[in-house]
Amino acid sequence: MTVVTAIRTLVSPATSDKVAMMMLWISASIAILILLFILGYIVIRGISVVNLSFLLGSPRLSGAEGGILPAIVGTFCLMVVAMLSAVPIGIGAAIYLAEYAPKGAVTGIITFGVECLAGVPSIVIGLFGYAFLVIYLGFGFSILSGGLALMFMVLPWIVRVSEESIKAVPMGLREGSFALGATKWQTVSRAVLPSAVPGIVTGVILGIGKAIGETAVIMFTAGSSLLMPSSLFDPVRALPYHLYILASEGISDTMAYGSSVVLLAMVLLINLAAIAVQKRYGRYHGRK
Amino acid sequence: MAGNEIEIESRDLNLWYGGAQALKDITLTMPEKKVTAIIGPSGCGKSTFIRCINRMNDLIKDCRITGELLFEGRNVYDKGVDAASLRKKIGMVFQKPNPFPMSVYDNIAYGPRLHGLRKREELDEIVEESLKASALWKEIADILDRSALDLSGGQQQRLCIARTLAVKPKVILFDEPCSALDPISTAKIEDLINNLKHDYTIVIVTHNMQQAARVSDYTAFFLLGELVEFGKTKQIFEMPEEKSTEDYITGRFG
Repeated sequence: MTVVTAIRTLVSPATSDKVAMMMLWISASIAILILLFILGYIVIRGISVVNLSFLLGSPRLSGAEGGILPAIVGTFCLMVVAMLSAVPIGIGAAIYLAEYAPKGAVTGIITFGVECLAGVPSIVIGLFGYAFLVIYLGFGFSILSGGLALMFMVLPWIVRVSEESIKAVPMGLREGSFALGATKWQTVSRAVLPSAVPGIVTGVILGIGKAIGETAVIMFTAGSSLLMPSSLFDPVRALPYHLYILASEGISDTMAYGSSVVLLAMVLLINLAAIAVQKRYGRYHGRK
Repeated sequence: MAGNEIEIESRDLNLWYGGAQALKDITLTMPEKKVTAIIGPSGCGKSTFIRCINRMNDLIKDCRITGELLFEGRNVYDKGVDAASLRKKIGMVFQKPNPFPMSVYDNIAYGPRLHGLRKREELDEIVEESLKASALWKEIADILDRSALDLSGGQQQRLCIARTLAVKPKVILFDEPCSALDPISTAKIEDLINNLKHDYTIVIVTHNMQQAARVSDYTAFFLLGELVEFGKTKQIFEMPEEKSTEDYITGRFG
């Protein structure tokens, strides 16, 4: 008799059921505890400096004093540029892949390419952005360079999520549209896309969430200026990079934790927005 | 055909999915403003056949068709026939109700809007007409802005009929329209078909023989991709010529 079968004969099914549930409960608890621990640690250390003048003020002494408004604005501008470029391209590519592309070698290569792009480490994308956008195209350290480099990061994510959402639209819906005399594009634009919107929007918003915390890409492309930007070609310092500099150069730990709290709050808000959008656009998708 | 104009006619229609032949030499006429039922056991090609009429099989890869399918005297598979314009004239109601995830109103206005209608008053009128014609108006006149997916299954199916009527077709194809519905909803749809046949040519695929007997004027019996027998419904059900038709109708297989 092996050890396993020996244990099986010793332990009753009811006991092993309890043990299994216990183990799963412990795993789930650890996962949540880690999250709560990180959140709690950062909030406790950082919340003391977060107030209105911190949010709306300009940094003094390299950020050791003052506020973080330029970094918040910088992050926001980078987000806008990244999303304005990534969303149309990403959704367009997704529609092509899901609805039009013939199932064949070329489509396989595109899909493989998209997956590879998703796997490229962000520091490599940062380096490429520096060589291509900052130097070769001459955009310099700027919102434009940083935003476009971030676009490279989130594009594959948006393509994949949108493609999945479009493919998940039931075939019956397309048939219903065709049967009314719709052309392919009419069917895609009027029946399929509206049905896929909740999934696409959620994907896009979570993409913003990914991009907002990105540091490696933007430190090579967006610069580190603490001044308020006034054009697309001005350099900015995004919040995560500001945090990195505050901490790594020993400027101010408290300010670093304060920035972390703000960054976390922004990510949390974005996730809440994703939920709200899903509810809003999902209202025609039937009561569950 | 007792003085009825022929609306749809198939001549030696063959269809293959890849290497498998699903329809064999189907020659069949469907008269104008009558209900033609297509019956037969699962896999006999009845749905495949009806989907040839409005070219829904175009959506399936590796589907090859030979022979002719005449509508208004023209082969719908001729080069130069636009499938979208054809489907505007030949509407279809599917097995599973498939309303769009939009409001009831937008579901019905979907077709007219595709074809360029924008004026609110005209759309309002079409929506009301179509809902009345599909016996839904009384039930849902005051919830036109609600999601179509909130309706019951039977209401959804009648909404799909209303949606089809809104583009003013000449022919309506029903592909097992009641197979997902309860008996009461089924009875409502059958009543509706009986009313609609005064204005539309109807072809209905059904696996329910009582339904074919109740709603149709003509019946075609398909078996293994072939048309076994076609005639007046009364004749097919009371004195079929073929042994296999009789066996199927009396429930000996299927």
